Amino acid sequence: MSNRIGMEVSLMVSEAVKQAKVDVIAAYPITPQTHIVEHLSELVADGELDAEYICVESEHSAMSACCGSSAVGARTYTATASQGLQLMSEVLYAAAPMRLPIVLTVANRTLSAPLTIWNDHSDIMANRDCGWIMVFVEDGQEDYDQTICAFRIAEDRRVLLPVIVNMDGFILSHVIEPYVPVGQEEVDGFLPPYDPLYTMHPDNPVTMGAFAMPELFTETKKAHEVALHESYNVICEIWEEWGKLTGRTYTPVEEYRTDDADTVFVTMGSFSGVVMETVDEMRENGINVGLVKIRLFRPFPVDDVISTLRKFKNVLVIDRTLSLGSIGGPLAVEIKSVMYNADAKPNIFDFIAGLSGRDVPPDQIAGIYHTAMDALKMGRWENYYMVGLRE
Amino acid sequence: MDTYTDTRVDTHTDTRTDTYSVFAPNLMNQVENFAQGHRACQGCAEALAVRHVLKALGDDIVIGNATGCMEIVSSPLPLTAWRVPWIHVAFENAAAVASGMAAGLKVLRRKGRIPDKRVISIGMAGDGGTSDIGLQALSGALERQHEDFIYVCFDNEAYMNTGIQRSSSTPFGATTTTSPSGKKSQGQSTWKKDMPKIAAAHNIPYVATACSSYPFDLQEKIRKAVDSGGPAYIHCLSVCPTGWRIPSHLSIKYGKLAVQTGIFPLYEVEDGVYRMKKKNAKRRPVTEYFKGQGRFRHLTEDDIQSIQERVDAEYEKLLKLTEM
Repeated sequence: MSNRIGMEVSLMVSEAVKQAKVDVIAAYPITPQTHIVEHLSELVADGELDAEYICVESEHSAMSACCGSSAVGARTYTATASQGLQLMSEVLYAAAPMRLPIVLTVANRTLSAPLTIWNDHSDIMANRDCGWIMVFVEDGQEDYDQTICAFRIAEDRRVLLPVIVNMDGFILSHVIEPYVPVGQEEVDGFLPPYDPLYTMHPDNPVTMGAFAMPELFTETKKAHEVALHESYNVICEIWEEWGKLTGRTYTPVEEYRTDDADTVFVTMGSFSGVVMETVDEMRENGINVGLVKIRLFRPFPVDDVISTLRKFKNVLVIDRTLSLGSIGGPLAVEIKSVMYNADAKPNIFDFIAGLSGRDVPPDQIAGIYHTAMDALKMGRWENYYMVGLRE
Repeated sequence: MDTYTDTRVDTHTDTRTDTYSVFAPNLMNQVENFAQGHRACQGCAEALAVRHVLKALGDDIVIGNATGCMEIVSSPLPLTAWRVPWIHVAFENAAAVASGMAAGLKVLRRKGRIPDKRVISIGMAGDGGTSDIGLQALSGALERQHEDFIYVCFDNEAYMNTGIQRSSSTPFGATTTTSPSGKKSQGQSTWKKDMPKIAAAHNIPYVATACSSYPFDLQEKIRKAVDSGGPAYIHCLSVCPTGWRIPSHLSIKYGKLAVQTGIFPLYEVEDGVYRMKKKNAKRRPVTEYFKGQGRFRHLTEDDIQSIQERVDAEYEKLLKLTEM
């Protein structure tokens, strides 16, 4: 096992992509994912990574080229954010049902307008139904680990679906963190070369992306949905294997100091760090709270969410975007609908925080708790609360 | 029934052997990689063009096809008309998909993971998917100078798949469902976008115009595109009986008339040098091309006169380019 190294998290992702020995990278620059593809282009230029790097003219073409290269059997990677993900959106929806195991890093960033470059989850949540596997990472080490795992998951013949690894833009992408890289031999053992089931090669012609009449379309959607849900077991299995290799085991839903908690925060992505710190502080003050972290967002780990959250009285979901015109943030809306079928129903509160990268310090996290407790006392609460809103 | 003789199109003089290096039918590829049984309209010259293009390309190709007529008529699940690897992803990205395939095949060959043989990546789209929504992806792909990359635009001069709406490739004066002729309109109000010259401006090795009414010329140009190493761009006029409002048995005739009137000249641009194999000094008047086409039937004599002048001027400009 190697030593701990300090590195910018974006570069850790690039190093993971290098170790995954990708064949094709097609990318277009957009803040805050640029450092990832810059470093990858350096690795290709220096001969450290034997890959074709296509400098495409847009994100739409980036994902289109990825579809082409993945279809001919090449291990394929790209990264994007925000408006770039929106431009890709159309092609995301085409890539998944064609079962092309592309890996995409999204350095999550707010959608315009107003134009802003900082972080929230509005970009990925606008694409949450595109049929890709979606993972949210908390820190650099996890980002590195999940990037390598993403290729293994995507290319597993029981899965064959593309994977998005979500990292919070700037908040995670641009910070320097320590990480423990895995040796190349171990990565090679964990991730063999991509062995596609069908490829576009004249020696064995196939037709991909055909059109479907209404008589068949419903069945293709169902097949996609079944494949996506069945990927859950494979994902868990692969994460466990990675754990045996590295000592770092990941699960779809993770708990922190929840043993004796009545109330838990629910987060995704880099919020988890600050919430853990707040949980520690609050516990020192005698408030027994905990944290539930959702790592796997698609397929949504329904059973894990129910079995975890049914144990608590109060669930405080912290969403990083607002689903406009709906009843709050997308994560809370999903959790509420999942818990509708649970035998024990906690009180579910929704807090929208950190839009466009606005800082959410520990005292505001604690404030979330107090807002919820006050509402409980009064016996009624809003569909959602916006944290730190100046009115 | 209308016949070729009625319109004075002489098929014998148009396909003289001395102007083509490949002529005899028995030298044509017998393999049909675009299978019969697809669902194109009767008389679809685009389907015919695809068939000729595939004959010229041979077996070692992969195709990225844009959304449009050809994708819809050829790939209704669970059927396919393609005997070569074929993928459809979206409308505006055939060039980008094909460039991804080219890059993927290149690296996999280099790494020894697929047989080390040359495979050409083909991007295919109609005029809308090329000159309008697909222009950015095409420009990007041509600018990147992908090897073994050929893009073929099958130009039927409107969005025929969605019901005959105008594109930037619709000719001046044509009536479509979104450029209708009316009391204050003579139909399409702009001149056809010059896609071949836009492609040539990317300084790529080979650009050509072609038409499925001249199948040997079309096939020869496809082979030249292959030989050029790429990227290459072929702009193929593909007569659409449905959209052009002509009887389905006259597709070949109108393709020829488009060429013979100088409205759609056949030429090549090899490494920036313009060439015309068959310069047409005595062009037929454009009226002959317009006559019988429902999309032009509203044109007045004055309209036709001004179109004639423009066609002549454009043709002379092109001739000068070929003399440089």
